[in-house]
Formats: sequence, structure tokens, C-alpha cells
Amino acid sequence: MTKSRKPKLAVWKFASCDGCQLSLLDCEDELLAITEHITIAYFPEATRTVIKGPYDLSLVEGSITTPHDAERIHQVRRSSKYLVTIGACATSGGIQALRNFKDVKSFITAVYPTPQFIETLNKSTPIADHVFVDFQLRGCPISKHQLLELVNAFLNGRKPNIPQYSVCIECKRNGTQCVMVAEGVPCLGPVTQAGCNAICPSYHRGCYGCFGPKETPNTHSLAKQWKALGIKDDDIVRAFRSYNAYAEPFQRESIAHEKSV
Amino acid sequence: MKSKSKSVKKKTTKDKKESVKSIHVKQLARVEGEGALHVKMKGDEITDLTFTIFEPPRFFEAFLRGRNFSEVPDITARICGICPIAYQMSATQAIEQAFGIQVNDQIHDLRRLIYCGEWIESHVLHVFMLHAPDFLSYEDAIQMAKDHPEVVKQALRMKKTGNTLMTILGGREIHPVSVRIGGFYSVPPKENLTALLDELKWTRDAAEKTIEWTATLDFPDFERDYEYLALHHPERYAIIEGRLITNKGLDVDISEFEDHFVEMQVEHSHALHSVHRERGSYHVGPLARFVLNYDQLTPAAKQAAQHAGLDTKCKNPFKSIIARSVETLYACEEAIRIIESYEQPEHAYEEVEPRPSTGYGCSEAPRGLLYHKYRIDERGIILNAKIVPPTAQNQKTIEEDLLDYIPERLHLPLDKLTWQCEQAIRNYDPCISCATHFLKLTIDHD
Repeated sequence: MTKSRKPKLAVWKFASCDGCQLSLLDCEDELLAITEHITIAYFPEATRTVIKGPYDLSLVEGSITTPHDAERIHQVRRSSKYLVTIGACATSGGIQALRNFKDVKSFITAVYPTPQFIETLNKSTPIADHVFVDFQLRGCPISKHQLLELVNAFLNGRKPNIPQYSVCIECKRNGTQCVMVAEGVPCLGPVTQAGCNAICPSYHRGCYGCFGPKETPNTHSLAKQWKALGIKDDDIVRAFRSYNAYAEPFQRESIAHEKSV
Repeated sequence: MKSKSKSVKKKTTKDKKESVKSIHVKQLARVEGEGALHVKMKGDEITDLTFTIFEPPRFFEAFLRGRNFSEVPDITARICGICPIAYQMSATQAIEQAFGIQVNDQIHDLRRLIYCGEWIESHVLHVFMLHAPDFLSYEDAIQMAKDHPEVVKQALRMKKTGNTLMTILGGREIHPVSVRIGGFYSVPPKENLTALLDELKWTRDAAEKTIEWTATLDFPDFERDYEYLALHHPERYAIIEGRLITNKGLDVDISEFEDHFVEMQVEHSHALHSVHRERGSYHVGPLARFVLNYDQLTPAAKQAAQHAGLDTKCKNPFKSIIARSVETLYACEEAIRIIESYEQPEHAYEEVEPRPSTGYGCSEAPRGLLYHKYRIDERGIILNAKIVPPTAQNQKTIEEDLLDYIPERLHLPLDKLTWQCEQAIRNYDPCISCATHFLKLTIDHD
């Protein structure tokens, strides 16, 4: 904030696939315009430059899965004015949270021949379990339109317009026929937060919940409907236990059906 | 096998008490994921060199156990946000093989088409935004854009073409949603694809200019006698089909991959190193494919490569940037061919009936061969999964390149040498997220 008035952006990575931060580079039409208004101060995937903090806006990708990362996230928080988590891993623990339902030791031996070299935590946890988070962007991956909205809102000092209603609303708005009602295809749309623009139903498949639970989701009622369609308990467990498995409503619903298996 | 890894790690360990000069690159930039290089020197001798992947371990093979076969393409896509299609394609191929399903030519072509989208998107990202800045001494593409705005704008437009192609077929560019076992959830009408033809043709021409442009870059004088490994198909430039071949005489079915290559764990890395059982390190990726599959390129791609001075005798890993550009041209021409001859198939997918079996899948991810193997039970539940990503296969080759590359360049100032080491690593477009099942650079100098 010395000679330049441009705010400083930092992009941080924890356990993740890099897809959400790639969304920023995928803003092909907007990327150069964005850099006119914001300084990319730390973004290792894209640049060797490291400009010292504090940072005005930190985007955090990935979940916390190692003792080292559990420490590092506090440093990130201390150096950030606004901290926004991007994507399912950072907001709910992501697919890595599948370990939270099992014994992680058995996972290490399944992947690595010499498990003693591997240092990892028993659980994969969202960033908000460790530090205060100013805002969260959902999705596996995030929507780049929502990312642009977030950056735009940040630059203009307003709240981002990110709806918390369900995917169903997007299907209705797009005029996509309901795959569950019309074709009996199990769909997580009624309990999943909008943001992807209801892609899956428009490709003739049920929503698989990658934006995580909407506000006040009735997962129990949806699971009942799935059962009426002939879906078995173990498939219901797997459906709720994917990219946002550790998000509380999804977690609860998957455990409920696990017991009845 | 372990002793082999040690031999790279500790070429000579003599008196460590002598003064140690060091170069540290804690986090390697412009790669996908987190990695580091650590080099210790004594005089002109490297005493220790480790290319470290410190991305947190991610247990995908373990997560896959107990999942339904139909979930595998979506789960494995999450290994990598840069090349999700590669994961989806190797996975579908393996599971279809296990169930004895053969997809028809139309579906096969559509799969090549979405893969072409990923090659274009990923190659252009790497050529212009991750690798070219090294050749021209820029910290990143944004800095490069200040002096070469047209180059960067062209790159962004080319990249967008690849992403648009993936979005039309897959719903979105990162973790597309339309791929399923047996085909696609839905396939587009022809007009959705032909709408992209003009932009693809523009990108094709831009790729031709890119090849000319990359040929003018200053390449370090560096060659190694690699064993190149790639899929090979007699008629098509292999992406999702063919046998495994190398320039050292290997020619086997993909199911025999593990008879010839083995993954070993090294202490300094969360990625497993894959090596040839007898011959050690090998090289996968665009340069390997170009060398092994030159005959299957389109005439324009061959001609552009010739003009750029790239031939099948190439042993200079820095020239992978030309090979990547040639493949971008190829991918555009292949995409145009597929779209022009496309007729919307009546069925988007083949019906799938699980059976207890083991299936193998190999496809050419933008950064090299990606191997999947699944053992599945009669209900279609995954019993066991094995995934060997390209960066795990190149990791040992990267270390060996650096062992040869550094001693010749010790006269360079430390910051320059460090940067050149980074560039040498980026030759492989390492995707560290994939390899962990991860990178950071430090060089210690005596």
C-alpha cells in the first residue's frame, strides 16, 4: 500500500487439485483487466514473484490435512485483511474428508509402501475450523463467474451477490426439465447450493452435490424420495459422501443411512 | 530399487564439515502444485539432489475402494484440476475394458474431441503462461504481457478455445460432468460444435505461429539419451488408444505396464517415483509422443515441426515447448476433423453391466502417460485401484537432468542458476497435484 494504491491479492494452496485457483487463469477475457485493478502479490501457480504481505485479499484453496498446514493457515490469516476460501476442499474439507469416516492409517498403507515417511492428520478439515473466514465460495470446482463477482465486490467494497438457494431454482430458471420427477433419476439438486448453473441436469444426469448443502437443506426428505425411486441405502451413503462429505447436513445424512445398511 | 534412489540422492557423501554455499528455492512457481528442489554442492560435485514434492499426501486409491464403478470418472477427475479429462478417460477405458464394453467410433471420436480441448487448454497455459516467461526472463505472463501484449492476448484466446470445447462437451472446463462409463450422459447436437469451428481454425493458425515463435527461443545446449514412453497407434496420433512403446524397443499391451514399470517410494517426496524395472528412469510427455508418434501427425503439424527444426532425434528437454506447440496445432486439426465429420449418435452411451474383473486404462494426459487399473466385484464395487500419473513417471528423469545440467553451469550467479534449474524442471510441465498421491527448490553450494 505504499506507492501503489492497487490492492494486493494472494492465492494460497493447501490439500487440493489446483482446479479452483486455475479458475482465475481460466478467466481469459478478464484476467488482464483484473490485473489492472489488483496486484498479484503471491500466486505460485502463475508467477515467481513474491511480494511481501500483508495482503488485502487472500484466496485460500484446499483443506487442512497435515500438522504443518494446520500451522501455516494461521500465518496466512495473520497476513490477510480479507480471507476467502475457494472451493469444496477449503469450505468443507473436500473429497479428502472421506478419510474422516475411516482409519487414515489404512489409507496410507494402501497408497504408500513405506508409510513412516508420510505425515498426515486423521481428518481433512475446512479452513473455517482453524481460522476466521470472511467469505466462502462453494463448488468443486468454484464457478469462475462467482469468483469474478467476488473480486468485483471486493474491489468495490460491497457484499458479493452469491445466492444460497438450491440448484432446483437454476433448473427452473433455465427451463431444464426436472430429471428426478420426469425420469426418476436421483438428484441432489434440492439440497445443493446453486452456483454451477445446474449443469448436471442439463446434461441428463442428477446433481451430485459438488456445491455442498444449501441453506436449511431437508436431506432426510430427499433421501426418502430417493428410496421411493428404489435407491439403496449404501448408494445414498455414497451420494452424500463425496466432494462435501464433511459438511454437516451431508455428513449427518450419510451416517444415518450407514447405520441402516 | 531403494538403493537406486539413494544413488541419485547421495552421489557422494564426503566431508560435510566444509563450508556450504546454498541456493534455496522454497517453492517452485509456475507448476501445478507444491514442490521444491534441494541441491548440495561440494566444489563441482553434487553431493545431494532432491526434487521434493511436499504437497500433502492425498489418498485417492484408498478413497476409491468401496465406491461404485460409475463414480470413478468423477472422483479421479479431482486428482487434478488441470487435466481432469485425462483422469476421466483413463478411468472409463479401464472400467469398460473390465466389463467388456466397446464404445462405438462416434463416442470414441467425441472422447478424442474433449481430450483435444484439454490438450489445447493445458498446452497453451504451459507454453505461454508457465514456460515461455523462463525463456524470456519474465517472472510471469502478466509481466510478459506488458512488453508483449499481443503474444499474451493471443495465448488467452487460444486457451479459451480449448476451454470452450471442453465446456460444450462436458458442461464445464474443470471437472466436466458429462463423461460416464459407456459414453457420455448426453452428447451435443452438431450445431453446438460447428459453432466453434471458426475459433478453432483461428487457434489452429495461431498454433502454427506459436511453433515458429517457440523455435526462435534460446535453447540451452543440453541433451540426454532418454527412454521415451508413449501410447502408440498405427493410424492415429495416440491419445486414448494404442500400445505402450519406447525408443528402446519396448512394445507391449497396456495391461503389461506393471510388468515393466514399478513405483517406488522415496523419503523426500510424497510422490511415488515410477521407473523401468531394468533401465531405471524414463520420459513421458509431449516430446516422447512427438518422437514416437511423428508419423501419425497431420501433414501441417509435420511441416511446422520441420520448419521449427524439431525432429524425432530430439534429446533436448527444453524443446518440449516446441513439441507442445506442435501438439496444439495437431489437437486443433484433429478437433476440426472430428467436428466436420460428426453426426450426433443415437445413443449417448452403451448400457453397462458390471462383472467381476480387472481392467486397465492408459491415455496421454497433456503432460504424459496416465495409467489406471481397477479390480471390480460382481456388484460393480471397486476393490482395488492403482493410478500412475505422468509426473511420478518423470520425477526421476527430472532429478537426473538436473544432476547433468547443474555442474556445467556453476559459473553462473546463484539466482540465475536457480532460475535455470526451475526452467529445467518446468520442461516437464510437472503437475504436482497429480503426482501426490507434490515441489520447493534449494541449492546448497560448497
